[in-house]
Amino acid sequence: MNELVSAVPWLGKRNPMAARWLIIIIAIAAPIIAMQFGRSWVRILDFALLYMMLALGLNLVVGFAGLLDLGYIAFYAVGAYTFAFLASPHFDMHLPFWIVLPLGAAFAGMAGIMLGFPVLRLRGDYLAIVTLGFGEIIRIFMNNLNYPINITNGPQGINGLDSINLFGWDLARNLQVTEDISIHSLYLYYYFFLACVVGSIIFVQRLQISRVGRAWAAMRDDELAAKAIGINTRNMKLLAFSLGATFGGVAGCLFGAFQGFVSPESFSLMESIAVLTMVVFGGMGNIAGAIVGAFTLALLPEILRDVAVPLQQTLFGHVLLDPEVLRMLLLSLAMILMMLLRPSGLIPARARYAHPENLHRSAAE
Amino acid sequence: MIILMEARNVGKRFGGLQALTDVSLTIRKGEVYGLIGPNGAGKTTFFNVLTGSYTPDGGEFVFNGSELPSGKPHKIVGRGIARTFQNIRLFRDLTALENVMAGHHIRTKAGVWGILTQNRFTREEERLTTDRAYEMLKYVGIERFAHTVSKNLSYGDQRRLEIARALATEPQLLALDEPAAGMNATETAQLKVLIEQIRHDGVTVMLIEHDVKLVMGLCDRVAVLDFGRKIAEDVPAEVQRNEAVINAYLGGGKHAA
Repeated sequence: MNELVSAVPWLGKRNPMAARWLIIIIAIAAPIIAMQFGRSWVRILDFALLYMMLALGLNLVVGFAGLLDLGYIAFYAVGAYTFAFLASPHFDMHLPFWIVLPLGAAFAGMAGIMLGFPVLRLRGDYLAIVTLGFGEIIRIFMNNLNYPINITNGPQGINGLDSINLFGWDLARNLQVTEDISIHSLYLYYYFFLACVVGSIIFVQRLQISRVGRAWAAMRDDELAAKAIGINTRNMKLLAFSLGATFGGVAGCLFGAFQGFVSPESFSLMESIAVLTMVVFGGMGNIAGAIVGAFTLALLPEILRDVAVPLQQTLFGHVLLDPEVLRMLLLSLAMILMMLLRPSGLIPARARYAHPENLHRSAAE
Repeated sequence: MIILMEARNVGKRFGGLQALTDVSLTIRKGEVYGLIGPNGAGKTTFFNVLTGSYTPDGGEFVFNGSELPSGKPHKIVGRGIARTFQNIRLFRDLTALENVMAGHHIRTKAGVWGILTQNRFTREEERLTTDRAYEMLKYVGIERFAHTVSKNLSYGDQRRLEIARALATEPQLLALDEPAAGMNATETAQLKVLIEQIRHDGVTVMLIEHDVKLVMGLCDRVAVLDFGRKIAEDVPAEVQRNEAVINAYLGGGKHAA
C-alpha cells in the first residue's frame, strides 16, 4: 500500500494520507463511474483486476527473482482448466468454489515446480526460450487432449462453468438488497476481485520484505555471491516459480468462473507477452509498477477501440486501420518510447527489503 | 593448538590445466593464515574449491573435525565458512543494510507460511536480523551508509560491506580474497586494524593477498602456492627467506637457468 501511495503523482509525497484515501475511493468508485459508459466497461475493469493479479504474480518471478518467464500464461491456463474440470457440466462435477480455488492454485504451483526443475541452470535468453516453450506446450495440450479420450474438449473449449459461489451467495446473480435496489453481478465480481487483488498485494509485499524476498533480490543481482552467503539458489528459484504460478492459478480460476467458458486460445503466447509488458511497462520489481502497468495496459486498448473507430470515420470517412492492428502498433510504440525515456518503467520505485519500523532513525538518510 | 580446517591432497583440473595439485594445509583456530603466490598460482581456485563453487577432483576438506560436503556452497556456509571476492560482488541494487541482512539468510528460519501470516516468530526474527545488520555495519565502520544503495558506495566501503555481509553469516573461518586490492595505504592500514579486530573476536581468517607488507604484518603463518602446488608453509619471516619462494616470485632456479 505504501508503495502505491508514494506512486501517486504530486500528492503521494506531500500528503500520503490523502493519497491513500484517494486510492481507496478510486478503487471503490471505479465500477460505478465505468457503469455510466455502459456495462461493458465494468467488465473491462473486472478483467483489469485479473490482469493485476497476473502481473503481481509474474512480477514475483521476473521482477523479484530475476527469472525471465515468457510462458507465464500457462499457469493461468492450469488454473482456469482446473476450474473447468471440477466445476462444469463437462465431467458433470460441481465442486464448491472454496475447494476448487485452492486446488487450482495448488496445481498451478506444481506446474511451476515442474517448469522450475529443468530450467534451474538456465539464465536470461535461454531461460526465456524454455519458458516460452513450456507455455506453448500447455496450450497445445489443452488444444489436443480431446482424442482418444476427451479431456479438454479441444479447441472448442469448455462451456457452462459454474459461477463463483461464496457460501451460497452466487456472484453471477444480481444481489437483491430491497425490492427496487439490486446490485449488478458485474459489481459483485468487481469487489470480489478487488478483495483478491488487495490480498495479493499484501502477500507479495510480505514476501518482498522477508528473508525470502532478500534472497530473491540477492540471486537476481549476483547469483554467485548469493550462493557464497549461503542462499540455496535451487530452492529459492523453485519457490519463486511455484509461488508466482500460484497467483496465476488463482487468477485463472477466477477468470474461468467469471467468463463461464475456457478455450485454449485465451492462453496464447501473446497473452504471456501482454502480462510481461505490463510488468515491464509499470516498472519491474515493484508492486505499484505491476498494478499501474496492468491497469493501464488492460484499459488502454479498450479505450482505443472505442475512440479509434469513430475518429477514423469522421476523419477519413471509413475505418483505415482495424483497432486490433492499431492496438499492437501503439503498444509497440509505447514500449519503445518507454525504453528510451523511462527505461526503468512508469514507476521506477526502489523496492524495500527491510521493515521501515525496524530501521534505526539515527542512521536514516 | 586446535585445528579448524585441514585440506588433504586437494586437486583441481580444468581441461589440460592442473590448477591445484595435492595441496594440503592446516589452519589453526584463531590465527590469520595467508595464502600467497604469483598470479595464476591457484589461490583463488583453492578458495573456490574450499567454499564449494567448484568440486575438487581429489582430496577433501576437514572442518571442525568432519568432512565438508563438496560442491554445495550453502551447506559450507552453514558449517561456518564465509568468503569475499577478489572483484567485489555486492547485491548492487540493495542498500548496505539490506546486503548485510541478506547475509543473515542462512541463520534465519522463517518459512513461507510464517512470512505470509507474519506470525510472531517471523516478526521477531526480522527485527533481530535488522538489528544485527546495523551492528555488523557499525563493526566494519560504515553504519552511516546503512541506507545507501551499495553500488553508490566508495570502493573501500564496498570492500568493508562485503566483509560485513560475510560476517553476517556468522562464520568461524572467514576467507578474504585480496581484500586490500586497489586500496591506498591509509585504507590498507584501516583494513589491517579491522582484520585484527575480527581475529580478536574469535573468527579465524584466511587471506589471499599480494600486498607483502600487509601479509607479513598480519599473518601468523603463510602458505605459498606456485603452479598449483604448495611450495612452502611457515611463519612469514621464514617464508621470506625460503629459496623456493624467492625463485617462484623472482624467476630463477630451473626457469632462469
